[in-house]
Amino acid sequence: MPKQESLAAERRRKTIMSVVLAVICIIYVLPVLSVVINSFKVNTFVKTDTFALPTGEMWAGFSNFIKGMTFGNYPFWKSVAFSALITLTSTALILLFTSMAAWYIARVNSLFCKVIYYLCVFSMVVPFQMVMFTLSKTADSLHLNTPWTIPIVYLGFGAGLSIFMFVGFVKSIPLEIEEAASIDGCGPVRTYFSVVFPMLKPTMISVGILEIMWIWNDYLLPYLVLDINEYRTIPIHIQYLKGSYGTVDLGATMALILLSIIPVIVFYLICQKHIIKGVAAGAVKG
Amino acid sequence: MKGIFKNPLRRWFWLFLGPVTAAFAIGFVWPFFQGIYLSFCKFKLIRNAKFIGLDNYAAALKDPTFMHAFWYTALFALVSLLFINILGFAAAYVLTQGVKGSNLYRTVFFMPNLIGGIVLGYIWSMIFDGILSRYGTSILMETKYGFWGLIILMCWQQIGYMMIIYIAGLQSVPEDMLEAAKIDGASKWQTLFRVTIPNVMPSITICTFLSLTNGFKLFDQNLALTGGLPFIIQPDGSNIKTTEMLALNIYNTFYNSNSASKGVAQAKAVLFFILVAGIGLAQLAYTRKREVQQ
Repeated sequence: MPKQESLAAERRRKTIMSVVLAVICIIYVLPVLSVVINSFKVNTFVKTDTFALPTGEMWAGFSNFIKGMTFGNYPFWKSVAFSALITLTSTALILLFTSMAAWYIARVNSLFCKVIYYLCVFSMVVPFQMVMFTLSKTADSLHLNTPWTIPIVYLGFGAGLSIFMFVGFVKSIPLEIEEAASIDGCGPVRTYFSVVFPMLKPTMISVGILEIMWIWNDYLLPYLVLDINEYRTIPIHIQYLKGSYGTVDLGATMALILLSIIPVIVFYLICQKHIIKGVAAGAVKG
Repeated sequence: MKGIFKNPLRRWFWLFLGPVTAAFAIGFVWPFFQGIYLSFCKFKLIRNAKFIGLDNYAAALKDPTFMHAFWYTALFALVSLLFINILGFAAAYVLTQGVKGSNLYRTVFFMPNLIGGIVLGYIWSMIFDGILSRYGTSILMETKYGFWGLIILMCWQQIGYMMIIYIAGLQSVPEDMLEAAKIDGASKWQTLFRVTIPNVMPSITICTFLSLTNGFKLFDQNLALTGGLPFIIQPDGSNIKTTEMLALNIYNTFYNSNSASKGVAQAKAVLFFILVAGIGLAQLAYTRKREVQQ
């Protein structure tokens, strides 16, 4: 009898917890919802009626989006294109070259390898402000200041974490597989690309997701390195909406913010499992 | 690696290690050491830098805006650490109790992590101003609004992240230990504090240090939410931006109109690096020690 009672109590407790969680969940998505409703609201009402639905005279239709896309002297679609270009090429470059380097470091393990490896680990604790001035000058003088060349800067500054994660993984792969390939007549290049590379896939996904999240949202590095009048990324574009025109058109800003977070949320919903796993793996970096 | 493979691989050094070494030299090693050198120099352009010893460091430590930013950042890092970790742990604990829809809640709580700092800053500045404008004020008008505003923003962003790490920790607590506690008649709270929390100590260490360094390094959110405003005017005419954190203070010292202050800014950056790296090394030492004990 008491057992049944406690079961009922347990069930009641779980229901209450579910309700509480659901309420917190709704509160949690409110900021994103407020972006959605305000992107359809006439600008003057955004500040006075932030939390009201855009009905009646407040309804702006898609005019905020049209205005936002053509705002100022820089078209939004160009920022989106540059963001995508920089994020994808940098991530591809980082995945390819740091995994190759990590394999070499783990297998050869010479003094030079150790120096590079420990410098990489060290670079993970160095904040960007430490190198931002000298890095942007160096990038300038080497003409790495365009969206086509900035991936080299990302490869350099972002190498630390991915080398660290790849070396850790390569060390867990048994040597015998590579030795077998070598006995069968594979040279190092072929061994790497047809034997090692496929085995690295899980770490590739984790590293790739961490790099994509970092580079897509990065503001200061591209802002300091790129020529802002010619090339902008989404974060720079949004920062400039406020920066350069005395009063801000909040409606148009919210429309652009909505446009820029839609791809992120779609990406998240599709690769949710990998993203959460990748983040958990990256957190343990120390 | 023994024999068979090492030597042929070494001949491919330029292909495997070359690109990363070159990019790493350009993107990190050279800027880092040049930065350390320049912190001892007076310069407007790098090529006419003049060595002046420790003067930049003295100027940095005497700068009231830098000292204010340091204490403000330290306070912010501590307060945000407490809130984020307690709430993140609570969320993880509740979601591992087998409540229906746990996966959905986890997805929602983690989602803000994917939104960039600049965008987050503008979303929340709209929300806070929407509330505060009813009382005829704004987040830019008072330091305490800026402080708590940034705390709320960071909680919203980071709780989900810490929750993920805590969930991984909680799932590794041995089932039989919990079972034993139950059989011995321990209450829920006793089990939580005597069995669960000691078992997730590694996760707690990681999350504590992670939120501490995140707090110290914060830049984008700070820039977009308040940009350091409001400021107070000093008796000597200079002003202190009251919500300006360390990273933003260094940035403003580098890129303000006074081009003579670049050396001081670089010295501040070196001090900032020592502070952040110190926290990182403390974490490493601490985790190592625990690993040995276990």
